[in-house]
Amino acid sequence: MKDRADLVIIGGGIIGLSLAYYLSRMGFSDIVVLEQGYLCFGASGRNGGGVRQQWSTADHIKLARMSVRLFRQLARETGYNIWFRQGGYLFLARDAESASALSANVELQNSLGVPTRLIDVREARRIVPGLAGRNVTACAYNSTDGVLFPWPAVWGMAKTARQLGVEIETFTRLIGIDVHDGRIAKVITSRGAIATRRVINAAGGWSAQVARLAGCQLPNRPYRHEILVSEPLRPFLDPMLCDLSDGTYFSQTMRGEICGGLSDPEEPSSMNSASSFRFLGRMCRSMTRMMPRLGGVKILRQWAGYYDETPDGNPILGPSKEVEGFIQFNGFGGHGFMLAPAIGKIGAEWLLREAEHEIFKKYAPDRFGKNPAPKESLVLG
Amino acid sequence: MSKTIVCRCEDVSLSDLEDAFKQGYHDLESLKRYTGFSTGFCQGKGCTAHAARFLAGLQGGDDMVADPPRVRPLLHPTPAIRFAGEDDGGGEENT
Repeated sequence: MKDRADLVIIGGGIIGLSLAYYLSRMGFSDIVVLEQGYLCFGASGRNGGGVRQQWSTADHIKLARMSVRLFRQLARETGYNIWFRQGGYLFLARDAESASALSANVELQNSLGVPTRLIDVREARRIVPGLAGRNVTACAYNSTDGVLFPWPAVWGMAKTARQLGVEIETFTRLIGIDVHDGRIAKVITSRGAIATRRVINAAGGWSAQVARLAGCQLPNRPYRHEILVSEPLRPFLDPMLCDLSDGTYFSQTMRGEICGGLSDPEEPSSMNSASSFRFLGRMCRSMTRMMPRLGGVKILRQWAGYYDETPDGNPILGPSKEVEGFIQFNGFGGHGFMLAPAIGKIGAEWLLREAEHEIFKKYAPDRFGKNPAPKESLVLG
Repeated sequence: MSKTIVCRCEDVSLSDLEDAFKQGYHDLESLKRYTGFSTGFCQGKGCTAHAARFLAGLQGGDDMVADPPRVRPLLHPTPAIRFAGEDDGGGEENT
């Protein structure tokens, strides 16, 4: 491991790797990425791989749209097949309030070039044979959303960044961040120290903990989010299905498995990553209600990861005011993976060429309490 | 040409593990994810030990795996409808 670097990125998840990937492709590779476990250890290896452009705020829609474009190139660029399948996303509303929210969202999405349509239950059942239409009041469908396999996206970005000179140190824990005269001086790890003037905090569920090591406070909190996967089945389900009434989502992966999870309003903030029987029951009830034919499908495995949640559902991006050289790229809740290519590319251009972007103004670390960002409401789980 | 099977569910062979190791996947968790062993119908009941022995053989030492992958529920593949009853299990935790 080197003892000096221009930039140290804390977190070898998709956000940190995407930054390293785009920075190194732009010719800047004096970077060390620190990962406490193996690649895919955190939420980047534990999510359902959904990539949707259906959001309630313009920024998320634009970032997601850009990410879809970049994900479509990623396999070619990295040599790793990420199994990106654009089978669409189908949202179901079961009450008048969420139905009208869907309709407002669709209008906003259309104005930004995302071809989402409000469709009736009959059309939804044509797209998803076997879908139970009872109590569904409105559906929104965008055929250009999709799902991918997160692991090869992580490996592909990591391998390319390494080939371009980035050091990615796995099984390396962050122990301390030294700050001198109000600016970053060095990071101390379980395998030695690295002198640096810039540190990016891309630690996902661990972000607030990392910030404390530099003497900064972040409002992010980690929440366990559980997910399960079924036995592989012949392809029969094109879109990701999302039920707004309880936050259930599931899709069919390219391996044929049904993979999904749901919201749990009673989940407290914690670093608990155990699997629960409560989730298994709630998820099986919800998915068999949405699609009764799934009752006979065997569940193989369940696991959990962390959502890194902020008070307004938006990420935290840019330099901290308290410590010079300490830069935040965290707070992505349950949708960091799908936005990662856009965040990495925009972030790389901002870091390297000082290309301004509105997201660094709107989602600045010090916005809370004074410049609130519009809340993203279309959040599942 | 013969091949040695490590994981029957996902058809992972010894040479798949060797190839993954050469590609830079040097710990059991990464080998598992890169090759897919232990992610099939039996959820690793047979293959995990074979893969751990493969890794120990390359890396030396008598500690086969210091930190083995967590065994995740379910123990057996079970139809979703079996869990879809009204009782939520009281929020008990498995690990």
